[in-house]
Order: sequence, then C-alpha cells, then structure tokens
Amino acid sequence: MTPHTALIVSLLLPIAFGPIIALCGSRPNLRDSLTVVAGLLTFGTVCTLIPAVQAGGVAELNVLEFVPGLALSFHVEPLGMIFALVASGLWIVTSLYGFGYMRGHHEIDQTRFFFFFAVAITAALGVAYARNLLTLFVFYEVLTFSTYPLVTHARTTDALRGGRVYLGILVSTSVSFLLLAVIWTYVATGTLDFTPGGILAGNVEGNSLYVLLALFAFGTGKAALMPFHRWLPAAMVAPTPVSALLHAVAVVKAGVFTVLKIIVYIFGIDLLAETGTSVWLMYVAGGTVVISSLIAMTKDNLKARLAYSTVSQLSYIVLGAALATDWGIIGGGMHIVMHAFGKITLFFCAGAINVALHKTEISDMVGIGKQMPFTMIAFFIGALSVIGVPPLGGSWSKWYLALGAVDAGQLVFVAVLMISSLLNIMYLIPIPIRAFFPGALPKPAAAGTAATDHGHTDHGHGDGIHEAPILMVGPLLFTAFGCIVLFFYAEPVFRLIAPIVGR
Amino acid sequence: MELINQHLPILQIVVPLIAAPLCIILRRRQLVWVFAVVVTWACLAMAGGLMLQVLSQGPISYHLGGWEPPWGIEYRVDAVNAFILILVSLIGAVVLLYAPASIEAELPEARASLFYTAYLLCFTGLLGMTITGDAFNVFVFLEVSSLSTYALIAMGTDRRALAASFQYLIMGTIGATFFVIGIGLLYMMTGTLNMADMAIRLQPVLATRTVLAAFAFLTVGLSLKLALFPLHLWLPNAYAYAPSVVTSFIAATATKVSVYVFLRFFYGIFGREYAFDTLHLEYFLVPLGLLGVFVASTVAVFQSNLKRLLAYSSIAQVGYMVVGIGLVSVTGLTATLVHLFNHAVMKGALFLALGCIVMRLGTVELGELRGIGKRMPVTMAAFVFGGLSLIGVPLTVGFISKWYLVSAALERGWWPVAVLVLLGSLLAVAYIWKVVETAYFHEPEGKTADATEAPLTLLLPTWILIGATLYFGATATFTAGLARAGAEALMGGLAP
Repeated sequence: MTPHTALIVSLLLPIAFGPIIALCGSRPNLRDSLTVVAGLLTFGTVCTLIPAVQAGGVAELNVLEFVPGLALSFHVEPLGMIFALVASGLWIVTSLYGFGYMRGHHEIDQTRFFFFFAVAITAALGVAYARNLLTLFVFYEVLTFSTYPLVTHARTTDALRGGRVYLGILVSTSVSFLLLAVIWTYVATGTLDFTPGGILAGNVEGNSLYVLLALFAFGTGKAALMPFHRWLPAAMVAPTPVSALLHAVAVVKAGVFTVLKIIVYIFGIDLLAETGTSVWLMYVAGGTVVISSLIAMTKDNLKARLAYSTVSQLSYIVLGAALATDWGIIGGGMHIVMHAFGKITLFFCAGAINVALHKTEISDMVGIGKQMPFTMIAFFIGALSVIGVPPLGGSWSKWYLALGAVDAGQLVFVAVLMISSLLNIMYLIPIPIRAFFPGALPKPAAAGTAATDHGHTDHGHGDGIHEAPILMVGPLLFTAFGCIVLFFYAEPVFRLIAPIVGR
Repeated sequence: MELINQHLPILQIVVPLIAAPLCIILRRRQLVWVFAVVVTWACLAMAGGLMLQVLSQGPISYHLGGWEPPWGIEYRVDAVNAFILILVSLIGAVVLLYAPASIEAELPEARASLFYTAYLLCFTGLLGMTITGDAFNVFVFLEVSSLSTYALIAMGTDRRALAASFQYLIMGTIGATFFVIGIGLLYMMTGTLNMADMAIRLQPVLATRTVLAAFAFLTVGLSLKLALFPLHLWLPNAYAYAPSVVTSFIAATATKVSVYVFLRFFYGIFGREYAFDTLHLEYFLVPLGLLGVFVASTVAVFQSNLKRLLAYSSIAQVGYMVVGIGLVSVTGLTATLVHLFNHAVMKGALFLALGCIVMRLGTVELGELRGIGKRMPVTMAAFVFGGLSLIGVPLTVGFISKWYLVSAALERGWWPVAVLVLLGSLLAVAYIWKVVETAYFHEPEGKTADATEAPLTLLLPTWILIGATLYFGATATFTAGLARAGAEALMGGLAP
C-alpha cells in the first residue's frame, strides 16, 4: 500500500464501518466483533505510514477542492503521526472495554453509540492528517458534532444540560475565535498550509500577532484553556468509554494538537521566541495547570476529578507549545502520548468501579481494593504516570517540558510543573491508598451509604474479589502496562517527534 | 436543435407561461402534475443550456421579435443571471416533485389544478425578472410573480393564510409601486428602458435630483421585496401560513431574485461609483443587514411555530446577503451570490422537511413535536443537516457562505463586521438546537406517539436538496466559481 492509499484507507475505514455497524444492530456480537475488526484494520493501516513519516513525511494529497484555491488536503508529519497512532490504537482497546461497559451497564441504543464513535475516530484522524488549517478546522468541527450524541447518550435532563454546555462552549469558541483567526490568516498570508517555520513572519506583525495568538489559543476550545474549560467536566455525563477515549484522548488531544500545530507550523517557534508573543500564553496555561488541579481536589465524584485533572494536564501541552523552544515542543508532543495512556487507564478504572460496585463518589471507594485489586493497582500505576514518577511514561514528558522551560529562561514554569506534580499526588494517590488500606485513614461517615441506594443487591459487596467483566479489566491492565512500557521504550516516540523541530 | 439553442432565452419564459393556463384545462390532478413536472424540468435543462452558452461564448443578447435594443425588449443572459436561472429552475423542479402528496394533505381537491397554474406563473415571473434586460419588463414579471404568490399563499388551509396573503399584498404592492416610480424617474432622465443603454445614458445626469429620487425609490421598493430589516414584516406570516410546498418554493427563490434585481440595478445601472463611492449605500446596507441578522435571529429563538422560526431565520439570512452587497468587493459579491444558491437549497430542504411533519402531524408547533426524532428519523435527520447548514458548520453550504463573507469583511478591514457575522451564526445554534432537543430528548407523546415516517415521495425531494447542501458544502468549486464569475461581471458594471 502506498502511503497515500494508506492515508485515505485509514481515514475512510472507521466511517465506512459506521453504517455496517449500524446495520448489524440486531446482532450485538457480530456488531461488536466488526467494531474491533474496524479498529484493528484502521490501526494497522495507520502503522504502515510510520516508515514514510520517518523517511521525511507523507507528501500532500488533495482530495477535494473546497473553494477555488483551497483544498481539503491531507499529509502526515510527525506530530500527526503520533496523534493518529494514539487515537486509532486506543480505539481498539476502548472498543473492547466499551462492550464490557455498555453491556455490564445495560446501556440503551448501543448501536447508535458505536456508530457515532466510529465517526468521531474518522474526525480525529482527519485532524491528525490535516495539511492546512481549513482541513483541520473542518474535522475539528465534525469531531464536535459527532461527539455530541455520545455525550448526551443517556437522553436525560442532565445529559441535555451537559450537552448544552459542551456544544455551547466548543462551538462558540471555534466559530467566533478560531474560524476568525483562520480566515484572518488566509486573508493576511494567502495560504493556510502548515509550513515548517511558519507562514506569519512578515505578514502579521506587532499587536496583531498577540490578538491572533489569543484567537487561536482560546478558539481551540478543545484544548480547555481556562476560562473555556467548563465543557470538559460537563462532558462527563457521557458513558465512561466516551470519557475515556474521547475526553481523555481523541477530542482533547485534537485540541492541544491543534495548538501545537498552529504554533509550530503557522506562527513558527522562532517568530514567537523572538517577539515574545507567547509569554502571556505561558502564564494562562500555567495558571490553568495549577487552578484546575486545585479544583480537582475539591471534587468527590471520581470522573469530575479526573476531568479537572485532564484540564490541568492539557495545559502542560499548551505550555510546552507556548514556551516556543525545541524541548517544549517535544515535551508537549510526548505528553500527548504519555498522558493518553495514563488518563485512559484512570477513566477505565472509574468505569470498572461503576459497573462492578456502582460507586461514583471517591468517598465511597474506601476499602474497595479487596474487591477490585487489579483495577486499583492499574489505577495506582496510571496515577503515578500522570503525576510523572519514574519508572512510568509520564516522567519523560514532564522532564522535557521542564527542560523547555529552562531553555526559554522561564524558570517559574519549572516551579509550576513541580507544584502541579505535588497537587497531582494529593488528589490522585489517596484514592488507591484508601482502597487498599481503609484503616490507615479515618473512614468518612458517608462511606458505603450510596452503595446500598441503587438496589443492585445481587452484585454483592462482600470481602471476596468482585472485579468488573474481563472485557473491562483486560483493557485497563493493558493501558496500565503501556504506561510502564513507555518509560523504557520512550525513545521511539522521541525519535518520531524530534524531526518537527529539526532534531 | 440549432434553432432551439438560438431561442433558448425566450423559450425559458414562454414555455412555463403557456403551460400555466393549460394546467386549468388538463384538470386531472395526476395529469396536471406530470405536465408541470415536465415543464419545470425542461426549464431546468434550458437554464443549464443557457449557462453552457454563457460560459463558452460570453453574454447572450436576445432580441424579442427581432427588434433591436434599445427599442425592443432585450433578454440578456450573463454569468450572474444564468446562475440565478439555474437556481430558480432547480428549486422549482425539485419542489414540484414533492407537491402532489403534500397538497393532497393540505389543499382541497378542486384547487389542485389552480395550484399548478399559480405555481407555474410564479415560476415564470421569477425567471422573467432574472432573464430580462429591460427595466420595465422586470416590473411586469415582478407583478406576475407577486400576484401569483398572493394566490398561492392564500391557498393555505389555515384561515390566517388569507390575512397573511392580504398583508403581503399591501406590502408587496407598495414595494412594486416604489419600484415602478423609480423606473419611471429613470426613464424620464434617460428616455430608455433597456438596462445597458440606461446605464450609459445615466452617467451624464447622475448628479441630478431626479436620479437621486429614483435611487431612493428603487432602494426602498426593492428592500421591501427582498425583506430587508425593517421592511420584512410581511414575510413571517406569509411563510408560516402558506401551504408547505409554496413556502419551500418562495422561501428558496422569491427573495433571492429580488436580491439579484437589487444587484442589477445598483451595480449595473447606477454603477458602483455612484451607488457606493458617491452615495455610500454601504453605510445603509451593512448596518441594516447586521441588525436584521441579530434581531431576526433573536426573534427566531423565541418562536414556537417552526415555520415562523425558519421564516425569521430567512430574514436573518437576507441580512447576510445584504452585508455582502455592502462590502463592495469581488469577494463580498461572491459571498452574496453563493449564499443566494446555498440558502436556497438549505432553506428549501428545511421547509420540505417541515412539510413532511405537517403531513404526518398536521402541525409544526414545537410543543407537539416531542420525540419526533424517534418516529420520523429520516425527516428529522434532514432537518438536522439543514439546521447545521444554517449554523454554518463545515461540510455544509452554510460554511462556504460564511467563509466568503468573513473573508470579504476582513479584506476590507471591517473587523467588527466579521466578528458580528460570526456571532450571528451562534444565534442560529440557539434556534436550531431548541428543535433538536425537543425532537431527540423526549419520548414520543401525544400526536407524535403514533406518527410514522413520511412517504418516499416527500423524503426524496427533501433529500435531493440536503444532498446538494452537503455536496456543494464539501466542494464548492462549481457554485463559488460561478458566483465569482458573476461577482466579477457585476463589479465591472453593465456599461460595456
């Protein structure tokens, strides 16, 4: 398969399987197997692109002329390659997990669920492969609208409200800021192609550069920069597989990926480093890192806490981009991968606890380590990776980000990274510790009451092992293991990303 | 064949004009329908043929009865109106496919053949306004289309349709009168009715007060016909109470043709220099256009009748077109022209989708539509796609229009306009999502509980237009290319 064929095939596979999956709605086993087949084929096809990217990238491929002079056009460069691999690879794992979750949780309308999931994956790959800003914007919006039915899957009043916030913030930021910035860039430069070294130098100058950067940074609502982060906690009304893949990986990473690409290929890091245009963005990102960590500490609902943790972690990547140094960009790129594995593990665990024990509040999770040892060990590993402790993958990206901050002469952000790590320890580590050593900490009075409210007495809450279905535990152990592997084999990821800054 | 090609401009008008009264003679419902369908599709083919001729040989000048202009009437087809001809005949043809099932549900048997007569007359009038190169002829066809529209609206089963029709009759007549006064004044100053000739003869006398008066009368008259805020008052009721087919057809075409005539008069006859550099019409058009976008969209958010909701949305969309006119650049006019087409297909599709709902439920009150997404999934999917296009989501035609309009505003350096245009589209999210939430977030109850999907005869035309919405949204080379050619022709002026 030539790289161009592989590119198109991987882009079309999920969306082509979408209707097939929908048609098999009456036969769940067939439908679910097909979803996995689609995932494997997609991931396999994406993998065939790696050699071409290592050899210098896949040249552009114009698919449709969008408006005269501007095409819907794709290519693959290192950053997009990484994002595509993460999104399509974790799709397979999430699909398996999803079957366990959706059946274990007796969810309705599973066919619609897997259909829109497939569409969202195509959209994420489209973002990854975008050759120009217009293509990126198109798939960015498709991603927003295709995930809306997933977020509001339950069709309850809560889902409706969550959906309003989700769509409201994402659409209003992208339409009023991002689209304006895209068209402005086009009017000013006459091109929207992602070009090494950027396209703005010499075309936009002075204060306009600040305004444009602000429009891009806040317009990419999916990067969840404060104060436009509210949609991410709101999206937590979705079933857990959606939160896991889309709101820890595909959607949010599409956001920070967009920011990285714009900084590297539209502004150019040299321009930003020379003019200092992005210094304010460092502070906004740094502020988001710390503030959302603090908010996370106040949340008792596990998914809400993880959501704020994600907001914080996303700003690491924005910070890496804003530092406008080689190490900052590399650190940001690597954090896309490392955080994906860590956070998806945590979400998988949250879903498993919900299915097996029907617990959603952290205060109820005291002592559950006896019932769900595997899940809680995986949670511990995932948490350590998010914190950035060796020997887990997350430590590398933090290391490079810190290097980037030193390189840029912004030592304050080294401190921010350290403070954030401490805060991460404070809000993540108590969860597995209390699960395994309930006696070590005072047991809150509320513990255990919520668990008896739901009426599922048949599930039992004794002392014996009571794990979620194997289809859920398997994936979460796999991604936890991935966190460890990524520490020892971080070099391939590094080598894949490094060329974007010419290293 | 050669003979037909040579006479295509007049056939474009004469064929539907003669066909209209024949509908009364044919009487039988099915027969009339087949006949009308053949006529409209033939008109579409002719419009296509004219477009090909224009693209290969440049503008066509056709002399009626062999009388040389400026004495005789001239039909003049160039890149601009060839595009509008295709638009009008395409919508006319597709909507007619949908008509029989819908009017069976909404009109008494005896009125069926009259419906087709009025429909074809309206169709003729709109095509005539577009094709003619004679100023007075525009007025004649304007009245042909208006009078038949009054009749079509009055056919609505709701008694309020009569009041709506009467309201439109009053407002439309005022508009047409202002228009004809304007033409009269121009004739007084130039002694000609041929538009190209008028454009030349007007140049030496532009500074006179009479021309200024003509300019004012034409601006107000045409603004009334194209429903520019605040002269839009006739539109919501007319769209809301007319039969669904009629609403789809006039919503997609009538205001568009008026926008075209507006362009023709101000860019063609008065010329860009006089209208914009001297009189600064843009300071009047852009604020009113934007005001229309915001006021009408806000009103739309609070409508409970979906037809009225879409009617207010139409007023907002006219606002975008007018802003494009006021930007006075090739990109701005491209935005306006491409939006004429884009809005026609999406709004046509949306009203057809509402027609499907009317057929099954007999109402489009939002309160009665809870859970309709479960019962009529194909119809509602069409509505959602059309709605996304109104919002301007990428891969729908609405995005193409927005792209050009914002580009034009930024090219001109009019920042606030670009920002306001984008903010305006967020209001569309509000009124479309109100419908989405009602349709999908409730269990079917009451009237929707035992509703079924609309028949294929209704769904097919709806989805043809939705298909066009998506196709021309994904690759707009064709529509935007034609619009750009038209925009360049307009910026060049009518005088050779």
